Amino acid sequence: MTEPGALVSMQGIVKRFGAVEALRGVDLDLGQGEVLGLVGDNAAGKSTLMKTLTGVHQPDAGRVFFEGRPVHFRNPHDSRARGIEMIYQDLALVPSLDVVANVFLGREKTRRLLGGLVRQLDERAMEAATWDVVRRLRINMDSVRKPVSLYSGGQQQAVAIGRAMSFNARVIVMDEPTAALAVREVGKVLDLVRDLKGHGVSVILISHRLQDVFAVADRVMVLYGGTNVGVRRVAETTMDEIVRLIVGAGERVS
Amino acid sequence: MTADSDTAVAAAPRPRLLPFAWDRVALPGFILLMGLVFGSLNPNFFSWTNLTNVARQSSVLALLSIGQTFAIVSGGIDLSVGSLLAVVSVLGSMQLVAFGLVPGVVGGILAATLAGAVSGLLIARTRIPPFIVTLGMLSLARGTAFTVTGGMPVVGLPTEIQWIGAGSLGPLPVPGVIAAVAFVGAHWLLRRTSFGRYVYAMGGNEAAAIAAGINVRWHKFFVYCLSGFCAGVAGIVITSRTLSGQPTVGETLELYAIAAVVIGGTRLGGGDGSLIRTLFGVIVIAVLGNGLNLINVSSYIQLIVIGAIIIVAVGFDLWRRERRA
Ligand SMILES: Nc1ncnc2c1ncn2[C@@H]1O[C@H](COP(=O)(O)OP(=O)(O)OP(=O)(O)O)[C@@H](O)[C@H]1O
Ligand SMILES: [Mg+2]
Repeated sequence: MTEPGALVSMQGIVKRFGAVEALRGVDLDLGQGEVLGLVGDNAAGKSTLMKTLTGVHQPDAGRVFFEGRPVHFRNPHDSRARGIEMIYQDLALVPSLDVVANVFLGREKTRRLLGGLVRQLDERAMEAATWDVVRRLRINMDSVRKPVSLYSGGQQQAVAIGRAMSFNARVIVMDEPTAALAVREVGKVLDLVRDLKGHGVSVILISHRLQDVFAVADRVMVLYGGTNVGVRRVAETTMDEIVRLIVGAGERVS
Repeated sequence: MTADSDTAVAAAPRPRLLPFAWDRVALPGFILLMGLVFGSLNPNFFSWTNLTNVARQSSVLALLSIGQTFAIVSGGIDLSVGSLLAVVSVLGSMQLVAFGLVPGVVGGILAATLAGAVSGLLIARTRIPPFIVTLGMLSLARGTAFTVTGGMPVVGLPTEIQWIGAGSLGPLPVPGVIAAVAFVGAHWLLRRTSFGRYVYAMGGNEAAAIAAGINVRWHKFFVYCLSGFCAGVAGIVITSRTLSGQPTVGETLELYAIAAVVIGGTRLGGGDGSLIRTLFGVIVIAVLGNGLNLINVSSYIQLIVIGAIIIVAVGFDLWRRERRA
């Protein structure tokens, strides 16, 4: 299944948690600017696979390639350095901080004061850079200085994506970005995914909502019980087929 | 939530009047009202002597409340600060007697900072909640102060130390100036530095702070060092005012420091709050105590009034937040 020129390639990934074998030799390829849907039943191993990619978990077996070269991410810092960002469903933002603070959390721009003795936050530079991201992603937002808790779920998701983008991400992994959203907000987030693709960013979209995956993804990959049971081009498959794979009723791919 | 997301998500947000900023005027308004009531009941209230007295008396509470603000915004609490005053008072006094002014002041502040560091280390490295760690430290520090002195006051302090508590810089009382400088510096730290930002982040969503690569353990540790340091400075002010080391000093003052923070409108639980709010909280408690004294309300009744104000202030704050959300 390995495609030549894949930006990210994971091969034979095995991950065990004690007696639980969460991943049993999973392959995954992701092209530049590609949107890959990652689907599967609860506990199929989707999140675990992505945490293995970002360095949260270390695989017990298997290899990861980035731009064709083997890489070993010991922690999320390492993967971030290569431009891989993961957006977690709920631990992404600090609700009481404003958009600017959230986008720059952990890597604030500062400037020196009193001849370099102390450093002070450079709010102006951060605000300007935040507006850049907001405009680039065409996020509809009247102010970047309000606590993010005052924004809707869709906009919070947009802020998280904006944060990832401001790291110059090349790969963004989204774990269930639409699960908690109102219907009309889902469309906004899917638009953002298309925008990212338009900017050449690769996206892995984990979702239980197949209609979302079919709306934006180029390919869909199905995990079942820690195994990759199928990869399909969206244009060449149907929701029925994917559902059959998800529940373990499809034929296995070699 | 829904009202806000409506305007925010709609393609063209319709302009809307800003809601009246109750949180900006409620406390200052209340303070003004208290001033008018007390001033009309006793004209001395507005005299410069009385106002500088208020500043002098509330400076210790102010300093403790600064450290408390950091602890609470970071998602914790520091119950030990009242007892740390006793540690500073006793150990600082002994060093003042033995080694003189500067070593005594530095040593006293260092003692409280170290105690804060011990709390901070435990909170950062273990799962024991801040409430429990600092509750333990409350007892531990008080016990230490009593043990070291055998329950007796430490006397024979160099009289120059009195300048800190009783002196004046021009028309301004020295402890008031110390508290004011501390407020400005602390406000800068909380609002204008990465450290301050991380204090909010830890209290607002610790998991997000960790995911953002923030060294949460280190910054938690530093929060309690800072609270200890503030208690250290406050302890020096108190020592200079009593001109002796008192193991009983500062009992229940930690509760007033927490009260000042929450009256100001900072939420227990963390992620939110500011030193400006805390300053207003301190002023409410200080003016209330002073004003009730001036109109001869007994200190017993004062306790009742302050208790009621704590509950009403937090209730009002919650009601306001719910209406805004
Ligand atoms: N840190 C962990 N420790 C132990 N077991 C884990 C851990 N993380 C995941 N697992 C187990 O690994 C398996 C795969 O979990 P994972 O979270 O990857 O599933 P998922 O496909 O993301 O499911 P969901 O759709 O519910 O999010 C599950 O059996 C889960 O219990
Ligand atoms: Mg999952």
